[in-house]
Amino acid sequence: MELTLWTYEGPPHVGAIRVAASMRDVHLVLHAPQGDTYADLLFTMIEREGRRPPVTWTTFQARDLGSSTAEMVIETLQGVCERYQPKVLLVAESCTGELLQDQPGALARGAGLTAPVIPIEMAAYTRKENWGASETLYQLVRGLLGGKARAADEGGEVKSAERKPSVNLIGPTKLGFRCRDDVTEVCRLLERMGVAVNVVAPLGATPHDLLRLPEADANVNLAPEVADLTCDWLRRQFKQPIIKTVPLGWGATRDFIAEVAEVLNLEIDPDTVGESRLPWYSRSVDSTYLTGKRVFVFADGTHAIAAARMARDEMGFEVVGLGTYSRERARDVRALATEYGLEALITDDYLAVERAVAELQPELVLGTQMERHIAKRLGIPCAVISTPAHVQDYPARYSPQMGFEGCNVIFDTWVHPLIMGLEEHLLTMFRDDFEFNDAAVPSHLGGEGAGAQQPDKVASITPTAPGTVAWAVSAEKELRKIPFFVRGKARRNTENFALEQGLTVIDVETLYEAKAHFSR
Amino acid sequence: MSQVIARAEASDSPDVRTERGERAVFCGLTSIIWLHRRIQDAFFLVVGSRTCAHLLQSAAGVMIFAEPRFATAILGERDLAGMADCHEELDRVVGELLARRPDIRRLFLVGSCPSEVIKLDLANAATRLQGVHNNRLRISAFSGSGIETTFTQGEDQCLASMVPDLPELESGRQRLMVVGTLADIVEEQFRRHFAQLGIEEVDFFPAARADDLPPVGPGTRLLLAQPFVSDTVSALCKRGAKVIPALYPLGVQGTLAWFQAAAAEWGMDADAVTEALAIPVARANKALVRVRESLADKSIHFLPDSQLELPLARFLRDECGMSLLEVATPYLDQALMTPELSQLGSEVTLVEGSDLDSALARVRASQPDLTVCGMGIANPLEAEGLRTKWSIELIFTPIQGFDQVADLAGLFARPLARERQLEVGSWS
Repeated sequence: MELTLWTYEGPPHVGAIRVAASMRDVHLVLHAPQGDTYADLLFTMIEREGRRPPVTWTTFQARDLGSSTAEMVIETLQGVCERYQPKVLLVAESCTGELLQDQPGALARGAGLTAPVIPIEMAAYTRKENWGASETLYQLVRGLLGGKARAADEGGEVKSAERKPSVNLIGPTKLGFRCRDDVTEVCRLLERMGVAVNVVAPLGATPHDLLRLPEADANVNLAPEVADLTCDWLRRQFKQPIIKTVPLGWGATRDFIAEVAEVLNLEIDPDTVGESRLPWYSRSVDSTYLTGKRVFVFADGTHAIAAARMARDEMGFEVVGLGTYSRERARDVRALATEYGLEALITDDYLAVERAVAELQPELVLGTQMERHIAKRLGIPCAVISTPAHVQDYPARYSPQMGFEGCNVIFDTWVHPLIMGLEEHLLTMFRDDFEFNDAAVPSHLGGEGAGAQQPDKVASITPTAPGTVAWAVSAEKELRKIPFFVRGKARRNTENFALEQGLTVIDVETLYEAKAHFSR
Repeated sequence: MSQVIARAEASDSPDVRTERGERAVFCGLTSIIWLHRRIQDAFFLVVGSRTCAHLLQSAAGVMIFAEPRFATAILGERDLAGMADCHEELDRVVGELLARRPDIRRLFLVGSCPSEVIKLDLANAATRLQGVHNNRLRISAFSGSGIETTFTQGEDQCLASMVPDLPELESGRQRLMVVGTLADIVEEQFRRHFAQLGIEEVDFFPAARADDLPPVGPGTRLLLAQPFVSDTVSALCKRGAKVIPALYPLGVQGTLAWFQAAAAEWGMDADAVTEALAIPVARANKALVRVRESLADKSIHFLPDSQLELPLARFLRDECGMSLLEVATPYLDQALMTPELSQLGSEVTLVEGSDLDSALARVRASQPDLTVCGMGIANPLEAEGLRTKWSIELIFTPIQGFDQVADLAGLFARPLARERQLEVGSWS
């Protein structure tokens, strides 16, 4: 039993719905009680989908238990086949369905249905949403292609010199982070490289499209959390190599181009494929103030890894915290954290993340919807880089994260919440100015950055060493003159310094001693 | 007003058609979203699965509150396989929780679908834990599971679980208890109205503080603010309370009839109530006139969801001039709906239960001007060119009482006004 306030991932059957809702001509029957249908609103409200996800629920109630729940499964399956005539019928259970042990998969196979059935075991009590999506995609692909061998083994190499090399894009789903625009951006990138996109799956695919997966020369794994299993199986079954670099960031996009070129044996100069404004924007003098800004990164594995690299190598930030809620990616994130001289935070406990942010006092948080709230409470600027996300992270405009345009979008997104360079200097110089002071929100943010108005909460939430060091009134007053966006850090450093020195009271001198100590 | 009552007495109740099939409603756990705002020192611990936790944060709009007063004890495989004693685990989790939150005065253990199916006895657990934490807070259990409760029924189960803790009302005294969660602002208004009617002995259940438990006994008269409190009413009646049958306080007529019914118990006649409340009534009517224009002669279809469908339909037809194509409700408690049913009359198409696809087919066939539905269905219907009102807003907005009548009508008028105003196409 695990005490949970907020969760980063939903249950595995929500992952199954994400795959079904991404596709066409697929229908998912879920053996689940009434109430579990709330999942519809994730798609229709958060992502503003104009159609209901293709899911039908048995919605059993207490009075059905013990007698008729199995019959409900069969009736539901038959009704779905009649009404929707799916090309493939997925059958799964939610957590409560699993407890009934009605075996809906077996029931479906024995029900003489018109549609081919693919049952999926959801393991609701051990697994989570991304695993559910991954498993569903894998079972779908394996179910459809399992009997088939590699085309090459049957008819020999059919590749002709004229045939354009092609890849599949595996992994983008509904409710993923910016998947809609990332697919467009990556397709454009590949098109400029002369590479055709054979199938995108699951987003927008039909079961018939999945049957064509083996026709591609390689698979691009765009969302490892969802696509690892499927890509590996396709590699084993059809000897399709996997392109593993996720083109998130300028360097990663160029690495992606290089990997595609290498795998497909193409001669490509990355400079001719496309360009981003990020390198110049980052080098322009206005960006000097970004140097060494302390950022905290917490996201799914893929976005955390990509964001850390971008933050350090492409924006000139200092990464002071790195973590993920994707336990499946823990090893990768740990390895990267070690490279950055950090200890990775691998957890799905939102309170642990909040503690880490409060302790580290970063100047920018790159996280999920959850970290947005943590940062808001602590008065720290934040940008959302990963699911779980909310309605504002499914924007109307074209705003990919991947490829060169993705770099542009991310540069803007990360810089926007910060106080701009010149403004930061003026705040430092004229901190007691009557209209231009601590309490003023960054001028371009209007009311949106209201969290920044409560800088002192930051300090009160993080008693670094409670009761051991006291602040003299004069020092406390001097501390207030330090701009609020570095005040928390100054307080923490000074307290640490005082503790190290064995002091019990911090006076103005201690404050400046500490400043000198830490400015090495 | 006397005219309205006469009509109600003359008409028959509508026939009810029962449907069975796919349901598209929240489970009772959703009630926690407003209950934890109402009872400000209560904590709701759901014993369930990751689905329960995910529902709560999805329905709550994800992370409105930094550290909310609700949480989920997620059952893991070890709990199910019997490797871990669920009760020991629960004791540990509750201990952890109470250590974090010394401000909590009442803890609800909330049953879920999985906990019901594995027959985890939370009532028993609550008694045991009460023994451990006896001096600190009160602990009780209720079920918000989808297999047993629908959406607003979670509140009913929660309130019913508190009834045994209510103190005994001194015999010989008559006291009014308003049952069902109301917004603070509505409670304040109602208290003023009751004072105007000379009814001073009024309690609201639930109250804002968990320790504010209203007394109950043979002198208790129950006036229902919400139509989904069936089990709470039964439990209160077992302790001697009596229900005052009334329309629900939605709309000018509903609210006036509600006060009249209460006042009659205190020996005050209907005309005297009309006179005493003339100012708020006139103000409400004046405010309603403007909104009524955009609703009059428009048709409406209620898909089953909040359990408020009957009184809302009655208000929209009688006071706003809308025509009712179909009124569906997840379940119908005839006893608590008698006045509403007779007011609705026999010509209304009333459906209890749900068969989602066939209901949607009827909506598509009749093309109502407005469809009231759950949140998951609203956008797909909008994309088909239909105007909708998603019903959870009806629960989260203060809509009862005179001064909220225009706001209530406004919730239905806004989608129609938007339809008139927008010059852009639809979903593609």
